[in-house]
Amino acid sequence: MTALIEVKELDKAFGGVHAVEGVSFAVNAGQVYSVIGPNGAGKTTLFNLITGLYTPSKGEILLNGESTVRLAPNQLAERGMCRTFQQMQICMNMTAIENVMLGRHLQLKSSLFTTLFRLPSLRRNETVARNRAAELMEYVGCGDYLAAEAPAMSYGGLKRLEIARALAAEPKVILLDEPAAGLNATETAALEELIRKIAEQGITVMLVEHDMKLVMGISDRLLVLNYGRVLAEGTPEEIRQNPDVIAAYLGG
Amino acid sequence: MLNGVMQSRLRGLIILALILMVLPVFFGNPFHYELATQVAIIAATVVGLNLLVGFAGQISLGHAGFFGLGAYFTGIATGTYGWSSVPALMAGAIAVGIVAWIVGRPILRLKGHYLSMATLAVGFIIAIILNNERAITGGPDGMSVPAFEIFGWELSSFGRYSLFGLDISGVQAWYMFASVVLLVAVWFALNLIESPIGRALRSVHGSEVAASVVGVNTAKYKSLVFVISAIYASVMGSLYAHFQGFITPAVASFEFSILFITMVVLGGMGSTFGVILGAVVLKLLPQVLADFQELETVMFGLILMLTMIFMPKGLLPTLTAVVYKRRRRKAGGTA
Repeated sequence: MTALIEVKELDKAFGGVHAVEGVSFAVNAGQVYSVIGPNGAGKTTLFNLITGLYTPSKGEILLNGESTVRLAPNQLAERGMCRTFQQMQICMNMTAIENVMLGRHLQLKSSLFTTLFRLPSLRRNETVARNRAAELMEYVGCGDYLAAEAPAMSYGGLKRLEIARALAAEPKVILLDEPAAGLNATETAALEELIRKIAEQGITVMLVEHDMKLVMGISDRLLVLNYGRVLAEGTPEEIRQNPDVIAAYLGG
Repeated sequence: MLNGVMQSRLRGLIILALILMVLPVFFGNPFHYELATQVAIIAATVVGLNLLVGFAGQISLGHAGFFGLGAYFTGIATGTYGWSSVPALMAGAIAVGIVAWIVGRPILRLKGHYLSMATLAVGFIIAIILNNERAITGGPDGMSVPAFEIFGWELSSFGRYSLFGLDISGVQAWYMFASVVLLVAVWFALNLIESPIGRALRSVHGSEVAASVVGVNTAKYKSLVFVISAIYASVMGSLYAHFQGFITPAVASFEFSILFITMVVLGGMGSTFGVILGAVVLKLLPQVLADFQELETVMFGLILMLTMIFMPKGLLPTLTAVVYKRRRRKAGGTA
């Protein structure tokens, strides 16, 4: 089985600081793959590199065997990659459901002519998209906000809305950057359930997360970063017993 | 819910149509029709500019440049070369669209103040060219433009027409024509906003990063909306030239660009009907303040400042919020 995402000797330097240095790993399709590490370990930088927001200083990233180093985020979205952000990126000038419908951008191609005259084909597609977006909002657990403006939503609601938007793009792989940050225990449990459901659909999940209980419970494999370098890689069981990890991170 | 969205869109359009129909009751003389026609043409321009500024969150301080290019294209094509009005208007729109695309690609990479400066420069360059190319444009003295003509039928401010047996004057006919144009411009804008393209445009404003990770090519959409708003300006410039019958480089001036932007900000960025109100208020203000003519610029500045401080969302969005709140309070009181 070939890897869905393969990262080889990845390097990203900001000035003299190596945020990510010589990182290699592979994620197989259908896995839940988590990246953990102390603050400043380079987890978000790694996500930004994989999703095309940063260009690597050195190294290679392959998505389905194709190099993505020169591709922009929107081109990666076309290839089935979508993500959420630690600093939530919600369009506050739109309604909640429109934010999710935005996720269907690539599925909703319509010409300028069709748009200006609002031809029946566009109206039909919009109805389908709106219904699908409503379903997804129910699915992630913000069904109460179907008619809400985005700024009227709670923090936890917005976090789930971001996941709904990413799912609306029908991705092959979804990258979640600290989805549990700022959530209470109940919300985190609901989130764990949601990530499980997403993985069961066959969507590959990459996760950056600090909540160890959550990470250890749902991950198939883990990558531990420290100061931009790989400290360990393996199954949750292996990571739990790795002395380096215990020394640097879990053991404090 | 879907019905709600569609209804609110059509409701606004119908209300606007009714207002445009009823308005002539209050018009006492031809000058009122003339003023209303100008307002309608400028409002349609501003509706186009609002797509760029209010919805996509990009700024243009040189939009009068495109308005002026459209006006002069029509003036030169119909006046100097004897083209018919509609082909001239369309060719002008295409030419301006291409100019906007070529200019827009590089400058839309800029953000905020830098984009303001770049668009400002574009407007200045166009105004300077119109001023200096005397042989073609007539320079600062301006040029006269023939009446609007379609299939051999002329629409002149000085003509007399009969519509369904009613005798109407040239300015009245122009008012009706401009009203229809405004309604179509608004309808196109509303359709554009409530569509996948419109969502992509608004997401560029809301969060460019979010837009790009769901597959929106943000650079492409910025260029697209820049071109669309420039074409709006060009078409309205062409009509303005025909209506006025005489144009000078002032139509492409910096002051005019600022007036457009002020209309958008005052009326309400991102509110299609709001910016129409902005256009009405700012176009009529000089008439009301005719006695304080020397203070006009000061008044404009003051209005813009007070709007930014007390109604940052603009006139119409603020007013609707107040009405909505009051209505809700009343409903709460009776319940």
